[in-house]
Amino acid sequence: MGAGHAHRLYRHGHSPVHGLPPHTKLAAVFAFVVVVVSTPREAMWAFGVYALLLAAVAYAARVPAAFLLKRLLIEVPFVAFAVLMPFVAEGERVDVLGLSLSVNGLWGAWNVLAKGTLGVAASVILAATTELRELLLGLQRLRLPPLLVQIASFMIRYGDVIADEMRRMRIARESRGFEARGVRHWGVLAKSAGALFIRSYERGERVHLAMVSRGYAGSMPVIDEVTADRAQWSYALALPCAALVVCLLGWTL
Amino acid sequence: MHVPDGFINAPTSAVTGVVAAGAIAVSLRGARRELDERTAPLAGLVAAFIFAVQMLNFPVAAGTSGHLLGGALAAILVGPYTGVLCVSVVLLMQGILFADGGLTALGVNITDMAIVTTVVAYALFRGLVKVLPRTRRSVTVASFVAALVSVPAAALAFTFLYWIGGTTDVSIGKVATAMIGVHLLIGIGEAVITALTVGAVIAVRPDLVYGARGLQQRLKLRVNGELVDAPGAPGPEPAPAPVAARSHRKVWITGLVASLVLAGFVSFYASASPDGLEKVAADKGIDEKAEEHANADSPLADYGVESITDARISGGLAGVIGVGVTVVAGSAVFWSVRRRRSDDTSPADTETNV
Repeated sequence: MGAGHAHRLYRHGHSPVHGLPPHTKLAAVFAFVVVVVSTPREAMWAFGVYALLLAAVAYAARVPAAFLLKRLLIEVPFVAFAVLMPFVAEGERVDVLGLSLSVNGLWGAWNVLAKGTLGVAASVILAATTELRELLLGLQRLRLPPLLVQIASFMIRYGDVIADEMRRMRIARESRGFEARGVRHWGVLAKSAGALFIRSYERGERVHLAMVSRGYAGSMPVIDEVTADRAQWSYALALPCAALVVCLLGWTL
Repeated sequence: MHVPDGFINAPTSAVTGVVAAGAIAVSLRGARRELDERTAPLAGLVAAFIFAVQMLNFPVAAGTSGHLLGGALAAILVGPYTGVLCVSVVLLMQGILFADGGLTALGVNITDMAIVTTVVAYALFRGLVKVLPRTRRSVTVASFVAALVSVPAAALAFTFLYWIGGTTDVSIGKVATAMIGVHLLIGIGEAVITALTVGAVIAVRPDLVYGARGLQQRLKLRVNGELVDAPGAPGPEPAPAPVAARSHRKVWITGLVASLVLAGFVSFYASASPDGLEKVAADKGIDEKAEEHANADSPLADYGVESITDARISGGLAGVIGVGVTVVAGSAVFWSVRRRRSDDTSPADTETNV
């Protein structure tokens, strides 16, 4: 546990984006996504500008394009859904390459694709430039209920431990010649899940006792208070503000 | 089922965000009651468990596999409030860290997957555990049904949100059919896995299953070949409650089974006939409006056969869900009325009688 808590998405670096206080980054990403979602879908050029803005941030953060694009693959299920939309939506239809497509459905598909992709890209950049602990501190600074932040921090801290425990159970199963091939083997897997729950819960009890014996009284001490000065705030909020200008232009033009 | 940004419009997202925030606030208070000051580490570890168990692949057939969603499981194992919290935290972290589900759609996702799933599953579970005989098997059966209904209920909730604030004009019937049809299948898998997992936990540590609290047998001693109650047996003694429950149990069972049969199966057959009519009308319509009609709906032709069976099943399912919701609401009213009455009769009553 003393080792690096960096998650797989984090890319270590010392760029200006890495150095920003986490809560300013969180606020900036959230504001940016809100602005993107409230942009009218007919203003296609606006989404191009948003993409350029994000690309600029990614460049400043020295996040390679390949990394970003690879992470965007998480969207694929929704791309499939979006592709289906023009076929099933109502309204007037146009013929494209011999297929009859709904105009409204095409707009809808574009809407989901563009906004979803931008949202995912913004989250990926945030995750790539912010360490887990910082992220939790940022959430706390943004006045999320402390109990919720504590739960999240325990989940993050022990997520790998529990996942490892599950992996060890899988190795134990496999070394005894078990291979789950179908529905008939669900019983064994479910027993593993049950055992995993019991282990997790008991670990939770032990963790609580260990914390109490070290003086835990319901709240975690904040050791490194993060603060942001005006310059850092304005630096972080440059992204959503630029996006807001584009959004307003999109509504008026 | 993680909803991305731009799928549901901004006002609906904002409203669901407020709903989610309110529900989380309530759950935070409730979780403190369920777990007292151990809330943070225990709920955190359970959230980590949910997160890990979602990565456990259950092979279905021919290379496809599914995984657990975990809402019903969390509700049954650790209680509804902690369950809502754990699933919400998992969704929050997935949204921020793994870009799985949009940040603006967080409210939609939490409302849908954390709140609806957990609350429906737990309400159904408690109702069934009350009705069924007090054995371990009935806990497993109850968790099966609870998980089975909770997944299509979440799909229904999503359809409702989409109906209010969807950004694309897809007919609500199609969304409902597709969503509920798919999630009915997912629900079956979820139900089997949840029931098996709860069964595995209850076999080893029955005290950890929140939903099965109060089902433990009292400690008995065998003295000279006779079973007698152990003196000073620990644990809460719910003496009057089971008696009251038992006297109503037969009425409960009969009523619930009858309404479930009516809602589930009779509506199944009832809805068959309109479908037949529709089919006939479509056959006739195709005669008149030659090719254009056939072309326009061509991608849906594949759905044609499925949608009939789906519509039937989903009709039956909607009935079953309706009965579940009604039973829960009705018993809530009954319960509160009964409590009010018993409050009224108690001498230490501070409430004014209305």
